[in-house]
Amino acid sequence: MALTLKHLFAVIMLSGAFSLVSAMLFVVMDAVDVAFTEAAVGAGVSTVLMLATMALTVRVQKETKKPILLPLVVVCLVGVLLIYGTLDMPNFGAFDSPAQAHLGSTYLNITYKDMGIPNVVTGILASYRGYDTLGETVVVLTAGLGVILLLSGLKGRKDKE
Amino acid sequence: MDSNLNFIFGHLPYWLFIILMLSGLFIVVSRGNLIKKIVGLNIFQTSVFMFYISIGKMKGGTAPILLDKSANNAAVIYSNPLPHVLILTAIVVGIATTALGLALIIKIREEYDTVEEDDIQKMDQNDLKKYNKKNVMET
Repeated sequence: MALTLKHLFAVIMLSGAFSLVSAMLFVVMDAVDVAFTEAAVGAGVSTVLMLATMALTVRVQKETKKPILLPLVVVCLVGVLLIYGTLDMPNFGAFDSPAQAHLGSTYLNITYKDMGIPNVVTGILASYRGYDTLGETVVVLTAGLGVILLLSGLKGRKDKE
Repeated sequence: MDSNLNFIFGHLPYWLFIILMLSGLFIVVSRGNLIKKIVGLNIFQTSVFMFYISIGKMKGGTAPILLDKSANNAAVIYSNPLPHVLILTAIVVGIATTALGLALIIKIREEYDTVEEDDIQKMDQNDLKKYNKKNVMET
């Protein structure tokens, strides 16, 4: 849909709907924390940001003819390689996969004793990976500074011209 | 025969996520409009997240929120919490990069008065030609 639609408003709304559906998929796959982060950030904030960008730039995509063959070949090549990579993986939902065999169960056992929080994901995020979460906020701060620096020059330039 | 079917159904979720990822990649590569490129990048990103979460899923498992406080209840299976933690971080970093990309688009539109890749490239080439000509005239 996003390929053929010319109106960017429809494209952005569909992208928001996609985020919401993906949040539901996360719930199905037991990742409730990820699901409501995705619903708030992906379907909410990201859609609002894109709408704001659209309002400041253009609403309708220009009609352009781009060659489609080369991208198609590249995408197919990447797809074949990735699917080849999955052939060695354990089945979806398997108990004996390498991802389940090591640290996951350890954290399930020790998180409540260490933190007293029944939600294991929150416990790991805020304590065992606390420095990483701090680094994440630094990333967000840097991005915010970048956005401010990029956008603060806008009006001055117009006045000069 | 049965084991083949088992293999295909066991890997089908991964393949669906990969196809979704490829559609995102295709939008990024083949569309000229910069806002559409960002949308494609978002689809790409979300499908990678889905793939990652699917690795941590266990059949018959539940969300990793402990039902009884003493944990070790053998009757309850919890899905692996570690992929969830990693993806939570990745989602927030993803929105930060999206915001920066959108700000760049606004700036590009300010300078070039367009958000189409073709037009921007054409203008850049024209500028280069003019610049080269000026240098030749001066020397």
